[in-house]
Amino acid sequence: MKTPKPTSIPPSQITPPERYFNRREIMTGIAATAAVTIGPTAAGEAARLKHSKNARLSVADPPNSREDITTYNNFYEFGTDKADPARLAGRFRPQPWSVRIGGEAEVTGDFTLEDILKPHALEERIYRLRCVEAWSMVVPWVGLPLAEVLKRFRPTSRAKYVAFKTLLRPEEMPGQRIPVLRWPYVEGLRVDEAMHPLTILAVGLYGEVLPNQNGAPLRLVVPWKYGFKSIKSIVEIRFTERQPPTSWNISAPQEYGFFANVNPAVDHPRWSQARERRIGSGVFAPRVPTLPFNGYAEQVASLYSGMDLRKQF
Amino acid sequence: MARPGRARRLARPLLFVACALPLAWLLARAFGLAGTGLGANPIDELMDRLGEWGLRLLIATLCVTPLATTLRKPWIMGLRRMLGLFAFTYLCVHFLTWLVLDQWFDLEAIGDDLVKRPYITVGFTAFALLVPLAITSTSGWMRRLGPRWHRLHRLVYPAAILGVTHFWWQVKADWREPAVYAVLLAGLLAWRVQRARRRTASTRTAVAMR
Repeated sequence: MKTPKPTSIPPSQITPPERYFNRREIMTGIAATAAVTIGPTAAGEAARLKHSKNARLSVADPPNSREDITTYNNFYEFGTDKADPARLAGRFRPQPWSVRIGGEAEVTGDFTLEDILKPHALEERIYRLRCVEAWSMVVPWVGLPLAEVLKRFRPTSRAKYVAFKTLLRPEEMPGQRIPVLRWPYVEGLRVDEAMHPLTILAVGLYGEVLPNQNGAPLRLVVPWKYGFKSIKSIVEIRFTERQPPTSWNISAPQEYGFFANVNPAVDHPRWSQARERRIGSGVFAPRVPTLPFNGYAEQVASLYSGMDLRKQF
Repeated sequence: MARPGRARRLARPLLFVACALPLAWLLARAFGLAGTGLGANPIDELMDRLGEWGLRLLIATLCVTPLATTLRKPWIMGLRRMLGLFAFTYLCVHFLTWLVLDQWFDLEAIGDDLVKRPYITVGFTAFALLVPLAITSTSGWMRRLGPRWHRLHRLVYPAAILGVTHFWWQVKADWREPAVYAVLLAGLLAWRVQRARRRTASTRTAVAMR
């Protein structure tokens, strides 16, 4: 599952950006349907997304109920209680949406969500999600490999990291009126992590457009890292030469590292990470052991060979 | 003839109902009555709500003496035991939820947590300090212990401090709620320190005047 470095793609294989970002095509082609399906969802009626199922990169664990996935969220932009996002994200308007691409890449600028998604086919990936608070879920995401999107912007050889930023809109995101974290939320990955085939940009779950409380309209999903790395409602993607700052690391550097790989052997300074509670397993189910890299060690452990994961947590 | 006022007569039953309501509501949610529920993570929800109400009631218990003194209404003191026992009840169920549902009697994990996780160490200590207070809360024990009863029941102060610490140490970023409890508790303790100082001062004056 090794992904070629973006710089190793022969120039002949790179489609010119004009072809990707052709507005006329967007207005007529598949994007017309995308624009409809990625639209605002009235009265909780979510639109279906056309997608295929990627069984090879999905786990066999039964997914959590839609109810659990959409009512138990850590999305501090809407409040710090798990029930706050479902309760308070109704006023958030994830449309129209555009993403600013910047930094060490040949193609930069502002692109609408439709521009970003248009050339790609969506697929379902059933992933485990492990929160740093020692609970976990299984989520059937609908999305696309981040690598496919990033390659289109032709990152240069100086692009060693990818930095992400969440929307800052306190009038629609009431949690941002309280300085519990420094807003806007920022996250980052090393470029090889970002290009890994397991790393996806999600636009939906359970085959439908992403609900606001789950990071609409565009979020990152990195299944082998603690949930806080999977930044939501992304408005900026920036290629950088230096490791970008990340929100929880700024908030408590001794507790949350840049990598934040799921690791049962490295405890949070205040609580154990050895076991986790699987949401939905019932009141009488004991905690289950946490797996290294959240069970994705076979695919991703090689990214960190030679690193001391106790120090670079 | 001095008849007790209406407030005084109603205070006990009203306070009893008020203290029991959160527990009743939690039970209703646990059994899913009338379309309610405890959400996606029922164990954490139970522990959080029980701990929160236990701490609130513990702080309410510490409000009794300053209120009765400041308002010069000694009958308020009669509400202290009920408040304290309600606080203990919530914290007891909170502790049992952790022991049974959260840890599922995994003694190794429990021992590990007690030693390695300061927030659990302080939470457990706070609960342990409250156990003798609940046991000796009866009139019989008050009589038997005499002046020692008051000394023993000063354990409620470290218990409350450790309780707030226990809450504070498990918050990730939103410290507002534990901060409110910390400020309230600091105020209540400061009032007691002041009172002790005044008492010492007046004793000295009395001695000097003799």
